[in-house]
Amino acid sequence: MSQLQKKAGLLTKAVAGVALGLSALTTAQAEDPIRIAYIEPLSGPFANVGEMGLFHFRYTADRINEEHGGIMGRPIEIVPMDNRQSPSESAQLVQRAIDQGIQFVSQGNGSNVAGAIVETVDRHNRRNPDRRALYLNYAAIDPALTNDRCSFWHFRFDAESRIKMAALSDFMMGEEDVKKVYLLNQDYSHGHVVAAEAKRMLAEKRPDVEIVGEVLHPIGQVRDFSPYISRIRQSGADSVITGNWGNDLTLLIREANSAGLDVNFYTYYGGGLGVPAAVGDRGIGTLFQITEWHSNLPVEQGWADNEEWLVGYKERHPETDWYYQRVYNMFMMLKAAIEADQSTDPLDVAMNLRGMEWESPTGTVYIREDDHQVHQDMYISVMAEQDGDQVKHDTENSGVGFRTVAKVDWQDTVLPTSCNMRMPR
Amino acid sequence: MLETITYSLLNGLLYGMLLFMLSSGLTLIFGMMGVLNFAHASFYMLGAYFAYTLGMYTGFWVALFLAPILVGALGAMTERWGLRHVHQHGHVPELLFTFGLAYVIEELVRLFYGTLPMNYRMPEGLDFTLFTVFGTSYPAFRAFILVVAVVMFVGLYLLLKKTRAGLIIQGSLSRPDIVAALGHNVPQVFMWVFAFGTALAALGGVVGGIHFVTEPGMAFMMGPIVFVVVVLGGLGSIPGALIASMIIGILQTFTLSVDFSIAHVGAWFGYAVPPDHLFATLWYLDSTRIAPVLPFLILVLTLIFRPRGIMGKREA
Repeated sequence: MSQLQKKAGLLTKAVAGVALGLSALTTAQAEDPIRIAYIEPLSGPFANVGEMGLFHFRYTADRINEEHGGIMGRPIEIVPMDNRQSPSESAQLVQRAIDQGIQFVSQGNGSNVAGAIVETVDRHNRRNPDRRALYLNYAAIDPALTNDRCSFWHFRFDAESRIKMAALSDFMMGEEDVKKVYLLNQDYSHGHVVAAEAKRMLAEKRPDVEIVGEVLHPIGQVRDFSPYISRIRQSGADSVITGNWGNDLTLLIREANSAGLDVNFYTYYGGGLGVPAAVGDRGIGTLFQITEWHSNLPVEQGWADNEEWLVGYKERHPETDWYYQRVYNMFMMLKAAIEADQSTDPLDVAMNLRGMEWESPTGTVYIREDDHQVHQDMYISVMAEQDGDQVKHDTENSGVGFRTVAKVDWQDTVLPTSCNMRMPR
Repeated sequence: MLETITYSLLNGLLYGMLLFMLSSGLTLIFGMMGVLNFAHASFYMLGAYFAYTLGMYTGFWVALFLAPILVGALGAMTERWGLRHVHQHGHVPELLFTFGLAYVIEELVRLFYGTLPMNYRMPEGLDFTLFTVFGTSYPAFRAFILVVAVVMFVGLYLLLKKTRAGLIIQGSLSRPDIVAALGHNVPQVFMWVFAFGTALAALGGVVGGIHFVTEPGMAFMMGPIVFVVVVLGGLGSIPGALIASMIIGILQTFTLSVDFSIAHVGAWFGYAVPPDHLFATLWYLDSTRIAPVLPFLILVLTLIFRPRGIMGKREA
C-alpha cells in the first residue's frame, strides 16, 4: 500500500468515526426529523409537474408538523432530489437517499421510473436487512406494479389504471348516449394499458358499444391535432377515451372545441397539470375526469376541514392548486403506521400499512394486503363554470372547475390481482 | 375521401402558414449571416408571452404590433452585444451562443411567468365560426392567421425585391464582402436583419400562442421543425420557405389523416411480408406513426440529393 492510500484510508476512518459519533448524537434527540426523499423531475420539460408535487409534500409536512407535532413528536422533513425523469438516475438517487439514512422514498411521475425504484428498493432491502427502505408511490399507475412486478416494499396510494378504467366504464355503462367510442392515447406503456383495458372492459360491460377507432400518437410531439380530430369525426364517435396528460390533452381538447366536434372526453388527467388553465371554458360539459378527489368535492360533501386544507394551500401557492389529495392520505397513513408501534423501521411500518383501513376526512382509505394497492372512493366529475355555489373553486385560476357526476364506492373498485407477494425473511 | 382531402388541405394550409411565419425570419438570418440560430423559436415564444402580457393592458390588436417590435428590439440587442462579439471567432461559437441563449430564455420565461400555460385567448371579435364544411366548423381566427401570414409574405417579398433596403440585404446574402466594399455598413445590416427576423418569429408567436399553447416548452416543441423548412426551402429564399412550409404542413396532415402503410402498396401487387419477418415492423408501419418523423426524413433526403433546397441559390 502506498503512502497516499494509507493516508486516504486513515482519513476515511476518521470521517466515518466522526459521522458515527454524530449520528449517535442525533438519534438520541427527539427532534431528529423523519426524512422522506422526494424523487421527481425538478429540472427539464417536466419540472412544472415535479415542482407542484414538491409544493404538496412540503405543505402537508409543514401542516402535520405544526398541527399534529409531526410523527411521534419528530418533525417530517422532505428531501427533494432531482431525477430528471430518468429511471437510472432515480435508482442512483434511491441509493444515495438510503446512504444518507433516509428510510422513506417517494415518487409518482412515470411508471418506468417507478419500476426502477421498486427494483432498487427491493434488491437493497434483500441484501441489507439491517437498513431497509420503503417506497411510497403517490401517482405511478401502471397495473404491473401491484401485479406481476409487485413488491412488499412498495405501496401505491393512487388508484391503478385498471381501477380508473373500471370506474369510467361503469359510469359509461349507465350513459345511454354512449354508442360509439374512440380510443386516443399516447404511444407508451400507460397509453397502451388504457387502450387495452378500455377495449376489454367495454366489451364486457357494454357489448352494444362499438369501438370505432383507435390511435396511438407519439408522446409530447404532436403540435397539430386537427388530423386526429377529423378522424374522430369521420368515425362517427360520440365519446373519446384518453389517458393523455399535459399538452397532449390540452391541444386535443382545444382542437376538438374549435372544430366544433361534439363528443365527450373521458380522461384520467383532465383536471390538472396545466390542462384546465389552457383549455379554459372550452371543456365545459364535455371534459370528464376520473379521480379520487377534486376541489369542489368538499363543497358538495360538506367537508369543512378538507376545504380549509385546500384554501390554505391556495393561499400559500396562489399559482397552483391542491390536486393530490392522496399525498395527504399518504402522510397521515404513514404517521398512523409509524405511531402504532412507535417505530420507523420500514418493516414495522410496512406491516402496519398492510391491511390498514383509515378514516380520512374524505372517506375510508383501505390498503389491500395482497398487493399494497390503496382503495378509496373514486369520483367522476365534469368541467363546469365556476358559479360560487356547488362549483365554488375553479382550477388553475381558469374560471372553470369540476362538478361530481358519479361516485364509485371503494368496495366496488376492488379488482383481482396476480401479485404473489414475497414476504421478507 | 373528399372529406379527408378537404380537411387535410384546410388543416395543412394553416399549419404550413404557421410554420412559414416562424421560419421566414430564420431563413433570412441563416441565409445571410450563416448563423444557425437555435434560439429562433425562443423569440417565437417571447412573442407569444409579450403579446399575452401587453394584451392585458392594450388589448390584442395593439399587442399584435407592439410585441413583435419589442422582441425585434431584443433581437437587435442580442446581435449587437452578443452575436457580433462571438462572430469574430467563427460559426461554431455563434451556434453554441444561440444554443445556450435558447436555454437561458426558456429559464427566464419560467422564472417570470411560471411553468403553467398562460390563459392566452383570442380576441372576442374573432371568436366566431366562419364557415362549416362537412360538419366541421372553421373558426374565424384561423382565417385571420392565414391573412396575417399572407400579408407577411407579400410584405416581405416586396421589401426584398422592390426596395433599396431589400437590394442591400439580397446583396449581403450572397456577397457581403462586395457590399461592404461599396461602402455599406454590413454589421449594421446584419443587426437589422436579425432584429427583423426575430420580430417575424414573434409575430408568428402572437398568433401561434393562441392557436397552440403558450407555455415554456413551446419553443422546444417548434425548434427543430423550422430548420427543416429553411433547408428544404433554400437558404434566404422567402418563396422557398413558403413552399417548403406548405409541403411539410400538408404532407404531415395527410399522413396523419389516412390509414396507409407499405403493406397497402404490396396488397395491390398481391404481395405481403410475413408478420414474423425481420422487416414486418417497417412493412406494416402505419402512416400515422411515420408522420412525426416525416419532416426530418425530408431534411435528410434534401441534404443528400438537393443541398440547396427548392429555391436556394447556395448549398446549405
